[in-house]
Amino acid sequence: MYRYILNRLLLSIPTLIGAAALVFILMRLIPGDICVVRLGSGGSINPTAVANCHAQLGLDRSLVLQFFDFIVGFARGDFGTSMWSGKPVSQEIATRIPVSLEIALLATLVAVLIAIPLGTISALHQNSWLDHIVRTVAIAGIATPSFWLGIMSILVVLEVSHLAFGAPWMPPIDYVSLWDDPLRNLSIVILPAITIGYRYSAVTMRMTRSAMLEVLREDYIRTARAKGLFEHIVVNRHALQNALLPVVTLIGIEFAFLIGGLVVTEQVFNLNGIGRLFVLAVQNQDYTLTQALVMLTVAIFVVTNLAVDVLYAWLDPRIRFG
Amino acid sequence: MKNRTGWLAESLSIALSAALAAALTAAPAAAENIKRGGILTYMIPADAPPSLDGHKENTYATLHATAPFYSTLIAINPDNPSSSTDFVCDLCTEMPKATDDGKTYTFKIRKGVKFHDGTPLTAADVATSWQYIVHPPKGVSSARESYMVMVDTVESPDPETVVFKLKFATSAFLPALADPFAYIYKKETLEKDPTWYEKNILGSGPFKFVAYETGQSIKGVRNPDYYHEGQPYLDGFTAIFAAKQSVRVDAIRADRAATEFRGMPPSARDELVKELGDKITVQTSDWNCVNLLTPNQKKKPFDDVRVRRAMALAIDPWKGAPALSKIATVHTVGGLVFPGSPLAATKEELQKIVGFGPDIEKSRAEAKKLLEEAGAAGLKFELMNRNVDQPYKFVATWAIDEWSKIGLKVTQRVLPTGPFYDALRSGSFEVAVEFNCQNMVNPLLDVAKVLPRSVYPENYGGYEDPKLIEIYNSMLRETDPAKQRAKMREFETYALDTQVDTIMTPWWSRIITHRSYMKGWKISPSHYLNLNLANIWLDK
Amino acid sequence: MTVLAQDALALRRSWLDTAFAFSRRQPLGTFGLVVVVVAAIAGLSAEWIAPYSPTANDFAAMTEPPSAAHWLGTDQFGRDLLSRIIYGARTALIIGFVSAFVGGFAGLVLGVGSAYFGGVIDLVLQRVMDVLMAFPLIIMALAVVAIFGTGVQNVIVAITVPLVPRCARVVRASALSIREVPYIDAARTCGFGHARIILRHMVPNVVAPFLIMLTAFVGQAILAEASLSYLGLGVQEPTPAWGLMLQGGAEEYASTAPWIAIFPGLAIALTVFGFSLFGDALRDAIDPKLRDR
Repeated sequence: MYRYILNRLLLSIPTLIGAAALVFILMRLIPGDICVVRLGSGGSINPTAVANCHAQLGLDRSLVLQFFDFIVGFARGDFGTSMWSGKPVSQEIATRIPVSLEIALLATLVAVLIAIPLGTISALHQNSWLDHIVRTVAIAGIATPSFWLGIMSILVVLEVSHLAFGAPWMPPIDYVSLWDDPLRNLSIVILPAITIGYRYSAVTMRMTRSAMLEVLREDYIRTARAKGLFEHIVVNRHALQNALLPVVTLIGIEFAFLIGGLVVTEQVFNLNGIGRLFVLAVQNQDYTLTQALVMLTVAIFVVTNLAVDVLYAWLDPRIRFG
Repeated sequence: MKNRTGWLAESLSIALSAALAAALTAAPAAAENIKRGGILTYMIPADAPPSLDGHKENTYATLHATAPFYSTLIAINPDNPSSSTDFVCDLCTEMPKATDDGKTYTFKIRKGVKFHDGTPLTAADVATSWQYIVHPPKGVSSARESYMVMVDTVESPDPETVVFKLKFATSAFLPALADPFAYIYKKETLEKDPTWYEKNILGSGPFKFVAYETGQSIKGVRNPDYYHEGQPYLDGFTAIFAAKQSVRVDAIRADRAATEFRGMPPSARDELVKELGDKITVQTSDWNCVNLLTPNQKKKPFDDVRVRRAMALAIDPWKGAPALSKIATVHTVGGLVFPGSPLAATKEELQKIVGFGPDIEKSRAEAKKLLEEAGAAGLKFELMNRNVDQPYKFVATWAIDEWSKIGLKVTQRVLPTGPFYDALRSGSFEVAVEFNCQNMVNPLLDVAKVLPRSVYPENYGGYEDPKLIEIYNSMLRETDPAKQRAKMREFETYALDTQVDTIMTPWWSRIITHRSYMKGWKISPSHYLNLNLANIWLDK
Repeated sequence: MTVLAQDALALRRSWLDTAFAFSRRQPLGTFGLVVVVVAAIAGLSAEWIAPYSPTANDFAAMTEPPSAAHWLGTDQFGRDLLSRIIYGARTALIIGFVSAFVGGFAGLVLGVGSAYFGGVIDLVLQRVMDVLMAFPLIIMALAVVAIFGTGVQNVIVAITVPLVPRCARVVRASALSIREVPYIDAARTCGFGHARIILRHMVPNVVAPFLIMLTAFVGQAILAEASLSYLGLGVQEPTPAWGLMLQGGAEEYASTAPWIAIFPGLAIALTVFGFSLFGDALRDAIDPKLRDR
């Protein structure tokens, strides 16, 4: 098992380097210049100021040197300083992780609590009207653009609160952490969490359903039923435990993809999280910040995949590390 | 029967009491009712600014976040902010008269002003701050260096006096001096570490710095030692970064914030007014910002003045502006000069310039003929634009529609900010939607935008024109107002009509919708002015 | 009736019977298919069925609510929403199908090749696929747009890239399971070329999950275009595209003219919904493990 993990970790190094090279090249292929963007918002740019800015940010060095700096820095855990704000990248990211993490975890919670029971019920009553309704709701969750859902939900909340309470209500726009003011914090994150969570739970619901359907066809389930066991024991003790394997791995994989969803959702709800930082970094052509964020994303992806594979193999004795 | 003297005495006393009553009510009656206290929450319509240093940055994001902490030497009168000539002193004691043929200005600095850390502010701090703006030392950048070309030296002969010596007399100096970004920093700090102010705040303004959460919010609290008596009225403020417009509108609607200081589109205004009635106050003003459609004269066929003329003739701003003003933040038709300024053209004068003619059908027929002559009938080209809705994309969509009426087939090429600037500077575009936004209404400097690149580095039209430069320079040095106005007409006609170096679109319109409990703030033509919050109070 | 006529009648009845049986057994799938067909018709015949031009500004009729003249209302430029949605179907389906097919086939080739050749090739391809899959779409899209410009073809390029590794991974898993089967080795021993073995033996076995994935891809591509346009990195004005219609003006007018935001979103949701339902029904029909007893 440990050899397997080590092997996978070693294999992930070329992935990380590949991602680093790709983002490095792509960012520098984009025409434009952070210094011009930074100084040019009034319409008038001083060429000396731009040159100073280049020197200050290290953009006047050779590309090879810049890439080397980047890779070595990443290996040492030093992500450099953001070209836009001058603050250390790690600080920029650290201040914004709490929001994103909270939403991601809440969304996962929503997904798990709703999706698994619904998916199970749907499988147990395959092709009944209940099944059709659940499947429709699930597919709607995958089909609806999450940002549109976000826009609509804000609107609905505003209108409903206006009708019900006479004054329109929206969550506060300045963030407070969960520990400082739990109620206020929850009122801020609940809508985005539901918006992302809907899609997340839809995917999980479908996977639960198909996994359960497969398991329910197995012979040992037929045997369990023939033995006269109560249905709920059959389902919970025998079927669900085995069906949950692919579901758990899916939850893990989708968690890694949540970052993509966060990018758009944080825009809609004006949240100061990692997703929004990503958009800003790319728009400002802040090379160091973008590179660091991409490496972070890829690293999360690699680690999550590895964890999921290991978990899968560990839980399912039939799988061997081939 | 009253005798004459009695009648006279009576009428005199009536007159006197009337005068007294008038005097009493004319004096800031608001002063009586001003309530002190409260925290103002407003939004900054941007993501986090690159740095907090007003000297280096050009973006309103920096200004809106930091202006309340700093003092400037002079400022536009906050009670009359739409004027471009009404200056008041912030740190100085009174507005000086220029001496030495208009080339020397001597300012006396107030006594007893302190920085927020308790140290005194003297003329040395003022002079050094301005030196860093006008002639920054090597390695230090100043975003306003090019506006201050008329300044020769800045000195402080004693701790209460600052002397500006100009290279030539010009009426463009005082407006440039009132630049809201010209924060007064501490001399010691500047000299020790010129980059300190990028990440730190230490000013002498109405509010003291409390906290800054990157990308989130910035907070300030009242400065009890502020040198303007009684001000600020607020206990403090919180500024929240909210880059999305829908969030800003919803926030004002739900009273999560009182206002934002840039501008709202007409649809937001209509929505808020409909929903909140008298709980919302709308202030409108012409905005010292305008979009320009600039052809790249280095690319054929835009080097042919007939083609440029045709493009200008096709557009009907008189009908377009009212329609656009319903959905976009534009309003007034104007030429090169800000419409509210005394140097601006009147409607009659404008209508003589190509593109502003009263008869659009005639103009369009002429345009088609010109295109035929130039061999460019049915020309296809790309209009390069920034990825910003208000009003860029609206204006561009309208222009494309107008051009289609003379047979031009135009598509829009929208680019994010970085690549947009890149393409502009490298000249890889055919026609671009540019903008000319200035902090202050200073027409003499503002119209420099159309000067060729050799003189004004941010011109992208790709042309050279010594005659244009000549007219401009003589206008800049002209001190007689009537002659100056005549020279401006000459400049405007030459640039817009003879050469058609750029095509004007309707000037922007600034719409500020704020909660009615926010009082004391008056709108100005610039979203860079009147932002230190000192005169704002909350009626709740 | 003649024998032929009887046969013909029976045949037609049996076609209808099959259709009815399918729709009764798979009501959702049928619904999905109907949606897909409607979208396809709209996209193909937009010029004939759209009442107005999608790009014609009408400053006299801005932000009008749905009415007899404009069934779905107008947007902030006075453009008819129904026409824009109909033409938008064309853009959406073009982007969806081209991205899905190109991405799918690239993934098919890479996945099968990776599984068949194994060894170093497999290792290298897998790493490349990992990088592409983990790489954020937004950067890819911005880079493509910034370097090559906006336009439908460049958006397609940006969207296709993340689809390739996903397809490759699934195809590779399927192909791997076949590779171990003895007859592949036997075929090699017989001297059959790589191409023939791949095409004749491996590909047919991965076709089923591949087709199902394609239907999912079309939906994902349409959603990706919507997200990119929302961020300003997708198709640009004045091309009518659903995602673009949700950007900018839609949010600005969400409270005063909600139809500008509601209808394009509904169009996206419904189309992707249709493709997903159809894909599901397809999977249920093809995959023996999930069939009813």
